[in-house]
Amino acid sequence: MSHSPSQPGENQVCVIIGASHAAAQLATSLRQQGWSGSIRMIGDEGGLPYQRPPLSKAFLCGEKGADSLIIRPSAFYEKHQIEFIPGRVTAIDRAAKTLTLADGSEQHYDKLALCTGTRVIRLPIKGASLAGVHYLRTLADVEGIRRELPDTRRVVIIGGGYIGLETAASLRKQGIDVVVLEMAERVLQRVTAPQVSAFYQRMHSEAGVIIETSTMVAAFDGEQRVERVLCADGRSYAADMVIVGIGVRPNSELAEAAGLEIDNGIVVDEYCQTQDPDIVAAGDCANQWDPGSAQRRRLESVPNAVEQAKTAAATLCGEKIPQISLPWFWSDQYDLKLQMAGLNQGYDQVVIRGTADSGSSFAAFYFQQGQLIAADCVNRAPEFMLAKKLLGQKQTFDLTQLADEAIPVKQLMAELTASA
Amino acid sequence: MGRMTFIEHDGTRHEVEIEADKSLMQHAADNMVPGIDADCGGECACGTCHVIVDHQWFAKTGAINGNEKQMLEMTPEGAPTSRLACQIEVTDALDGLVVHLPEFQM
Repeated sequence: MSHSPSQPGENQVCVIIGASHAAAQLATSLRQQGWSGSIRMIGDEGGLPYQRPPLSKAFLCGEKGADSLIIRPSAFYEKHQIEFIPGRVTAIDRAAKTLTLADGSEQHYDKLALCTGTRVIRLPIKGASLAGVHYLRTLADVEGIRRELPDTRRVVIIGGGYIGLETAASLRKQGIDVVVLEMAERVLQRVTAPQVSAFYQRMHSEAGVIIETSTMVAAFDGEQRVERVLCADGRSYAADMVIVGIGVRPNSELAEAAGLEIDNGIVVDEYCQTQDPDIVAAGDCANQWDPGSAQRRRLESVPNAVEQAKTAAATLCGEKIPQISLPWFWSDQYDLKLQMAGLNQGYDQVVIRGTADSGSSFAAFYFQQGQLIAADCVNRAPEFMLAKKLLGQKQTFDLTQLADEAIPVKQLMAELTASA
Repeated sequence: MGRMTFIEHDGTRHEVEIEADKSLMQHAADNMVPGIDADCGGECACGTCHVIVDHQWFAKTGAINGNEKQMLEMTPEGAPTSRLACQIEVTDALDGLVVHLPEFQM
């Protein structure tokens, strides 16, 4: 059977909701894959998609300006006829294929991409609305923090996850006194092995950051502005500023109201398609089916947003390409570059290469029933590259080799990948 | 205005105009040059913007930092003039620069 090749998207409109990492990549990938119709991106932060990772790092340190965060310049969007519409979508009418915006205007779509991302979880405690209580997710959030920094000597950070710890490092580098309060028994508890948590706790202590674990915050106290943080056990910490980093929630309400399936985010298949054949979702808001592990997973990371956006764009262009990319993440704190590959949930064994108890460089390899599932590499770029390679192949190998520093990583790479 | 050329593994050439204050990776992204994934957006974290610089230009691309060097050493298609494009600041001195893209990014 022959069919005449027609250009994808001919005389059609694709609307992207959200101006996120996923949105920027999705628009670009649509054009790369030959989408010839209109592309409209609707964003509620007022501007074009920008890089979020530097917000808690170089941008918070004042080493990068807002202009340098932009993912692609406006000239790029003009050249490729990608229209940006500032605004907030309030409803999706799937039957009529129209969107309603907060200003009352409507937008028609033929294909729709949901790149709505996440929003921060707010701390519903007394004093939460005092001046000086901040969250860290958007450019506007961090601009607010930066404006107040010249008058800030003491900051209390609520939450010892990556955002909290990166923020602690960035503020400490600027000479600010920092206390991190974490509810769990150790920092990074949800995401790393105890050895890695202990390492970061040590590095922050050495830099002069005070970390208090197993600590529940009860209230923020102050007149107009926050002055101290009160804990459930009676302790209190003086603060000129509080930054809360206790996690995010997917923005899935729009999709839910439109009748799409929601389960910890917008449910999509391995092609990033929702139940509606004309609607895809990509990025932090999407809970994607992973055929490899036979379960859904929702990841909060830029690389995942970019990969899903490519997959979603292909789907919209009528090409079904399952996503096979390996999840990976990174975190910069002080001079520590942490590169993580794979997902460590369900690990039953950790092999450390180097030492986590001293120095500032090691790699933790996570295994499940003898199979490598993830690696956390601190200032160990070669081990990270090795892990990426090994995770792509399904095989077991001698764990002691990985821990043996007498064997160079290059040799491990040659030996462990040759037999695959 | 100066120009630079990216040559894909299959020989496809992409000429791009030099713009001030942008890395070589950003030039590739803004011109939709395929084969430079740049997953991390220029943080020297992913190693997916590997380019092989034409040898006569290599010295002009600046110094390699330790992290970049370590990642490049692990790249199967690594060459003596390999760089990560996000770590190359483009100036007019690179007018005429030619870089080759590997077959696969890591």
